[in-house]
Amino acid sequence: MYRYDEFDATFVRQRVSQFADQVDRRLKGEITEDEFKPLRLMNGVYLQLHAYMLRIAVPYGTLSSRQMRRLAHIARTYDKGYGHFTTRQNIQFNWPALKDVPTILSELAEVEMHAIQTSGNCIRNVTADHFAGAAFDEADDPRPYAEILRQWSSLHPEFSFLPRKFKIAVTGAAHDRAAIRLHDIGLEVKRDANGGIGFAVYVGGGQGRTPMLAREINPFVPEADLLAYVDAILRVYNLFGRRDNKFKARIKILVHETGIDEIRQMVEEEFQQIRGGVLGLPTEEVERIRAYFAPPAFEDRPAVSARLGAARAANPALDRFARQNLHRHKAPGYTSLTISLKPIGGIPGDASADQMDAVADIAETWAFSEIRVSHEQNLILPHVALDDVPEVYAALAAAGLATANAGAITDIIACPGLDYCALANARSIPIASELSERFGAPERQDEIGPLSIKISGCINACGHHHVGHIGILGVDRKGEEFYQISLGGNPDESASIGEIIGPGFSAEGVVDAVETVVDAYLKLRTSPEETFLAAYRRLGEAPFKEALYGA
Amino acid sequence: MPDILTANRLHDGDVVYRTAMGDWVADVDTAELIDDAEQLAEAEAAAQADVKASKVVDVAKIPVVVADGRVVPKRLRERIRAFGPTVKSDHRPGAV
Repeated sequence: MYRYDEFDATFVRQRVSQFADQVDRRLKGEITEDEFKPLRLMNGVYLQLHAYMLRIAVPYGTLSSRQMRRLAHIARTYDKGYGHFTTRQNIQFNWPALKDVPTILSELAEVEMHAIQTSGNCIRNVTADHFAGAAFDEADDPRPYAEILRQWSSLHPEFSFLPRKFKIAVTGAAHDRAAIRLHDIGLEVKRDANGGIGFAVYVGGGQGRTPMLAREINPFVPEADLLAYVDAILRVYNLFGRRDNKFKARIKILVHETGIDEIRQMVEEEFQQIRGGVLGLPTEEVERIRAYFAPPAFEDRPAVSARLGAARAANPALDRFARQNLHRHKAPGYTSLTISLKPIGGIPGDASADQMDAVADIAETWAFSEIRVSHEQNLILPHVALDDVPEVYAALAAAGLATANAGAITDIIACPGLDYCALANARSIPIASELSERFGAPERQDEIGPLSIKISGCINACGHHHVGHIGILGVDRKGEEFYQISLGGNPDESASIGEIIGPGFSAEGVVDAVETVVDAYLKLRTSPEETFLAAYRRLGEAPFKEALYGA
Repeated sequence: MPDILTANRLHDGDVVYRTAMGDWVADVDTAELIDDAEQLAEAEAAAQADVKASKVVDVAKIPVVVADGRVVPKRLRERIRAFGPTVKSDHRPGAV
């Protein structure tokens, strides 16, 4: 993993000490809330419905066992015993007291973590494929580049007050698990004919009230030019992005209103000015960063594990888990294992302090101490020997973490919604819990196959409802919660924005409505191999509309 | 429909309600019920003084109904602030 150098460590410590002083002055009444609010937001501290909320960055979703144990300690000591993993690969604590936040940040700094740039109109946490460095299908590990972008964008003076927040995602594989077309900038690591590394660059994607898919602005930017090209995009956005209207300030609006061809030309002109200058990426520097992400020492193992095979044959629950939660690894005899944070009927993304400790221990024992947070709000052990899966499964089951539903209909993304969030108009978590219970029977999940439900409690779309195969958006209609259903959204390389199927449903009716859609799909599909998304794309909305609202 | 004043306490962020005595307390039942404009103006002025004194932040006036002696905020958002998240407690990992 990347380790802080002296500069990083000193800087984060200074920042903690500055914030401790700012909190102290605020509590003594020496500065007003208007003066303090931008300072606390710059350090990840929001005021939500019930309490302060602290959002901690997990760069490109990568955590060590040591860091996870520290998060468990914070949950136990300063919060109510749990934390919430988010669709930005971050973790949020819902109940810290303001007076404790400087201590929390100081304890985080000891394990090379912080909450800087988790709020505000700056470049936020750079996210990446949660199987990065492990997946069988990637051109290269995207995380060294995410780290380079993190270093470049951290406290960048020119980009600290952008028109609006800015999100970058990187995938190393053509099959996009990082939703790069839904980000302000999306990057796909590619190789040219000579094996040289470069990036397909997408710009202007985003969700929120105006969902848009990013457009390709450049099919191949060579590695050496990565920072210069991304810098050029940011410069064009900083100059021409709208600052007069918060709802039109994201780069997606600029790209949409200006047109991708003109934007491409503006970026190219800017790029030609700065190309080859101080932002050039020297190969030695890339190699230095890449060394931090060197794969662990994998042993030579047979591709198929007889040991796991025998254990699966003897234990149907393990067999089901292995079928659902393992992802093919690039090294023979290894796998990437998803730890679902979606217990049936539970709260998507929540983990207790004890569970965090259990994951840290399991990762240390069987998975090179490496953990990932996925934007789907699960945890991943990226490198597990297939032979060890039975032991890992048993340890997870003992911690209540062995739900076998990765990618299934109960693997629901949900934002905190009106139960926690000051921006929300409707609740998300109780709808997610009810849907999970409705579809939770293993046979029912198996029958339905891969199907994603994503729920947001307001138009800001933190719950990614626009790209759920079934998306649910909670709104406030005359003081009542009301839920709009959209169908056909998808976040991967064949990305699409879901279409609202018709009038919305009450909180009491929305779960039945989703089941109506699912039952219609089961009747309409050509075979169990035809997924919900494939069936929707073949059939369009009409048969689903008819099922929901009648002819 | 009477109003009450709510805020978040500065040092821990907790949801609090203003009583007739001018204290800020967690129990919504002990909030001062405000029925007329003059009473409201006085209470709001006092609350803003507490904002200036760095006791509370985000003061807001919210409508409530009183039923069986219990004070219940009218809007769902405020009921959730008053009574806590509606997520099932047995589903909340490590909840206290």
